[in-house]
Amino acid sequence: MIKTDVVIIGAGPTGLFCAHQIGIIGLKCELVDNLDKIGGQCIELYPDKPIYDIPAVPECTGEELTNNLVQQIKPFNFNFHLSDRVQELKNNNDKWIVKTLSGKEFEAYNVVIAGGVGSFEPRKFPIKSAEKFDGKSVLYSVKDKNIFKDKSLVIFGGGDSALDWAIELSNSSKVTLVHRRDEFRGAPASVQKIKELNDKNVIDVITKHSIEEVKGNGSLESVDIKSESGEIKNIKTDYVLGFFGLIMKLGPIADWGLNLDKKTIPVNTENFETNKKGIFAIGDICSYPGKLKLILSGFHEGALAARGCFRYARPDEKYRFEFTTASSTIKDRLGIKE
Amino acid sequence: MANIKYIEFNGKEHKVNVPNGLSVMEGAVQNNIPGIDADCGGGMSCATCHVYINDDEWFKKLPKKEMGEDDMLDQAYDPKLNSRLSCQIIVSEELDGLVVQLPEKQG
Ligand SMILES: Cc1cc2nc3c(=O)[nH]c(=O)nc-3n(C[C@H](O)[C@H](O)[C@H](O)COP(=O)(O)OP(=O)(O)OC[C@H]3O[C@@H](n4cnc5c(N)ncnc54)[C@H](O)[C@@H]3O)c2cc1C
Ligand code: FES
Repeated sequence: MIKTDVVIIGAGPTGLFCAHQIGIIGLKCELVDNLDKIGGQCIELYPDKPIYDIPAVPECTGEELTNNLVQQIKPFNFNFHLSDRVQELKNNNDKWIVKTLSGKEFEAYNVVIAGGVGSFEPRKFPIKSAEKFDGKSVLYSVKDKNIFKDKSLVIFGGGDSALDWAIELSNSSKVTLVHRRDEFRGAPASVQKIKELNDKNVIDVITKHSIEEVKGNGSLESVDIKSESGEIKNIKTDYVLGFFGLIMKLGPIADWGLNLDKKTIPVNTENFETNKKGIFAIGDICSYPGKLKLILSGFHEGALAARGCFRYARPDEKYRFEFTTASSTIKDRLGIKE
Repeated sequence: MANIKYIEFNGKEHKVNVPNGLSVMEGAVQNNIPGIDADCGGGMSCATCHVYINDDEWFKKLPKKEMGEDDMLDQAYDPKLNSRLSCQIIVSEELDGLVVQLPEKQG
C-alpha cells in the first residue's frame, strides 16, 4: 500500500501542472496513467503539432510542452505509474483507497481525476466473432513477440504500428498484411520496406480488403477478409493482429458513483471538487458553466484543486497563500539555493 | 444554413438546421444527436465523428477529403468506401438536404 496525500489519475498537461501546484504547497502525490508515456493527448495525438495558446509561450509542440511540464515538477520527485489504469476508488474513513489494474494500491486523502476524455485503449475489430479470441489469438498489441515464432499471422492496419510489426515479425513468422486502402500512412521508409518484402514474397500484402469474420472451434483457425466489391477470401492463420490506433474510453471512471454529464464530471468552480468529498476533477474531464477544453483552463483548475486537497490532507494546518518569487519555503521545496 | 438529416444506426432520424461555417459534426453535437462522439473536438485526430454518406450523389458532391482524413478513417470503427469524418465537412448552402448515416458505434 502506497500512502500519499493525493493520487492524480492522468498524466496529461492538467495532471502534470496540478502535481506542480501540489508540490509547491508542500503536499505529496503519485501519478497514474494508462498510457506508456507521460503527456496525455499532447503526446499521444499531436506530439509534433505546434500549440500557440499557452500563456507566455508563443509556440511549442505537444512534446515540448510535456517535457517542460515534467521538467517543472522534477524537484518534487513524484512517482509516475505508467501503463496502469485506475480501476477502483473506495472510501475508507476520511481516506480513499485507489486500486489499479496491475494490482497497485494507494491510500490518499484526495484523488484528482485529470483523465481527459478517458483512458487511451486500443481500437478493436468491428466484428462479434473476434471477441471470443480477444487476448488469446486476436491481439491489439504485442507484449511477447516470441509467441509468434514459426506461426502464421494476419496483421490489419496501414499505420506505423502495423507496418513495423509486419516487418519485424516477418523474420520468424509467416505474415500477411491486410489494409482497407492501397495507400499506407506509415513512415515512407517502412512503406518502401513493405513493398520490397512483398516483391520478395516474404510478406503477403493484400490491400482494399477488410476483416469480415474470424473462424475457429476453440482455437483460431482462419480469418475471412472481404474486398471492396464484396468477395470473400479465407486465410488460414494462428494469430490475427489489429493496429488501428487508440481511442479514449471513459472506462472505470463511470463506475465510481460520481455525477456524470455525458462523458464529463460536473464540479464546483471554487475548488473543482466533485459530488464526492476529497475527489476532484480537472481538465477536459470536468464540466461547469463556461468550461473551455483548453490546456490553459486545466492549469487554473489544477491550481485550485491542489488548494482544495490541502484542506483534507492537513486538516490541522491553515493554508497560507504565498508567491513563488517571495517564499523561502517554496524555494526550499524547489531546491533553489540562494 | 443547411437542413441536414442525421440517421442513427437504429434508424432514428434527426433533421436539424445547421448554420454555415459549422461542421456537420458540430451540427450533431450542438443538437444533442447521439452517435457522434467527437472526442478530439474537430482536431481530426480521433475518428469518433465518423459517418457514412450512403447517397452516392451526395458523396461526390461534398468537398473532397483533405490530406490526413483517409489516414484517420483507417482508424475509425468499420470504415467503408463512403466514410467521412463529419468534423471535416463544413456546412454551406450547398449542403442543404444532406443525409448522413451514423455507424453502429464510434469505437
Ligand atoms: C489535435 C489536437 C489539438 C489540440 N490543440 C490544442 C491547442 O492548441 N491548445 C489547447 O489549449 N488545447 C489543445 N487541445 C486540447 C488539449 O490537448 C486538451 O485540452 C488537454 O490535453 C487536456 O488535458 P488533460 O490533462 O485534461 O487530459 P488528457 O491530455 O486527455 O490526459 C488524460 C490522461 O488520463 C489518462 N487516464 C484516463 N483515465 C484513466 C484511468 N482510469 N487510469 C489511468 N489513466 C487514465 C489517459 O490515458 C490520458 O493520458 C488539442 C487537442 C487535440 C486532440
Ligand atoms: S472530431 Fe475527432 S476526428 Fe473529427
